[in-house]
Amino acid sequence: MAATRRNVEEIRTRVILGEFGVKNVHTTDFPGNYPGFDDTWNMPAFQRNFRVDVVHMDESSMEFDMVGVDAAIANAFRRILLAEVHTTDFPGNYPGFDDTWNMSAFQRNFRVDVVHMDESSMEFDMVGVDAAIANAFRRILLAEVPTMAIEKVFIYNNTSIVQDEVLAHRLGLVPIRADPRLFEYKNTAEGSAEEEASEIDTIQLQLKVKCSRNPRASKDSSDPRELYLNHMVYSRDITWVPIGNQADVFADCSIGPVHDDILIAQLRPGQELDITMHCVKGVGKDHAKFSPVATASYRLLPDISLLETVEGERAERLKRCFSPGVMQVEDVDGRKVARVVNSRLDTCSREVLRHSDLKNAVKLGRVRDHFIFTVESTGILPPDVLVTEAIKVLMTKCQTFLNELNSTDLG
Amino acid sequence: MLREKYILLLLTNVKRPRSMAGESEKKILLEMVQADGADEGCVTFVLHDEDHTLGNSLRYMIMKKSVLVTDVEFCGYTITHPSESKINFRIQTRGGVPAVEPLRRGLTELNDVCQHVLNTFQARVNEFKERQEQPME
Repeated sequence: MAATRRNVEEIRTRVILGEFGVKNVHTTDFPGNYPGFDDTWNMPAFQRNFRVDVVHMDESSMEFDMVGVDAAIANAFRRILLAEVHTTDFPGNYPGFDDTWNMSAFQRNFRVDVVHMDESSMEFDMVGVDAAIANAFRRILLAEVPTMAIEKVFIYNNTSIVQDEVLAHRLGLVPIRADPRLFEYKNTAEGSAEEEASEIDTIQLQLKVKCSRNPRASKDSSDPRELYLNHMVYSRDITWVPIGNQADVFADCSIGPVHDDILIAQLRPGQELDITMHCVKGVGKDHAKFSPVATASYRLLPDISLLETVEGERAERLKRCFSPGVMQVEDVDGRKVARVVNSRLDTCSREVLRHSDLKNAVKLGRVRDHFIFTVESTGILPPDVLVTEAIKVLMTKCQTFLNELNSTDLG
Repeated sequence: MLREKYILLLLTNVKRPRSMAGESEKKILLEMVQADGADEGCVTFVLHDEDHTLGNSLRYMIMKKSVLVTDVEFCGYTITHPSESKINFRIQTRGGVPAVEPLRRGLTELNDVCQHVLNTFQARVNEFKERQEQPME
């Protein structure tokens, strides 16, 4: 009996390193698992048994023993130390802070600053919002703001070297200038008039090119640009064929490829392309060709602060640790002193932490609720319209589910 | 699919698809799954065609009012499987508050937040455009 008791004790307190593996890794001393042991949580017992022994400590590292606590809790401390990048300001997490949602406080603190904007790209700061919401906007920009793209390719003739399916794929990726807000999604449900392309959901395009020899080319020329006519097929060769009343409705917005100079195929004399295409409305999560952005990303605003005065050669070295423009070395009474001038420009490389004499002089951080958004449009819609559309998509999601809730008999 | 079957096995008396009028043709967007004997405070909502985009932002909004204002004990979501486009959104409340209440409030508030973001964004973009036009005159 004493032997089994010792066995049980071993299972409870030791991880056994056997020849063929490790045993008794998991915590098993939950109440009721071991007859004869009282494993219910006992605060005084924990306080009696728990101890911390500091083995070694200097300014940059420490080692200590933590005894009498479960792996679940020890591991929680470790994980928090490693990467506490998650949102923690939920109500009740921090005593003394009121973290409950406060709409008026949000409206007071929230701000947007447009840094740069042109017809195809923009940069703006969004401050005072949680990553959950900023990330929702980013994800919607990439995958859920609709655009028009070539979906069906009817190949009547293709004698070029590019295979039909490759050609169809290339055509699909060409951005088409057409305001998706003026079109409906094509109904692909079973039984609907699927093959019918209608003026409210489809744009028809045509590509008809035939390559021939240039009769005016000089005899000894070897330059294909001179020898052949139409040997390069560009996106500018795609023409719009209006359906129904489209010619009147879209008279003042030229529908067609955004960019003129996308090379689609190369031809040689006698080869030709005769293709009709149908563009439909879609979203990026269905196919990347529908994504309205080249990139949409955000980064958190870097925050660099000096904890002590850094002078002389150290100041120069400190400056070189950061991206150009972040640090400046100034002359103060004949001494060179480092100063942070614009931490926004930093790439957060952590180079400074490799210099043992500098790493304790700076604090590197990022502002948790300051998002620097970069949105690059494919050119179909201006970037500011894309962002407003993305916000509207999230609002539509909310309203859809609110309607759904209200139409059910619960609640 | 397996995962869903597992849930259905665990939870008898499952409340099956609820959707808007015209049930047969309309796509199901929202389902409520409740365990047998559980009260209205412990509900898993199945949001079809949604992912982290709505899941995480909605969870954040609901968690933000968890302690004092209403009694949300737990709020979390999972994506059932990468090839299924739906999320299981779990809400547990204290004190017999129906779980639809925090969900409805979360959706409303997320909508309000978006409205404010939209207004602010548009105002600043217009300001920026005006500022850009001025030097050209």
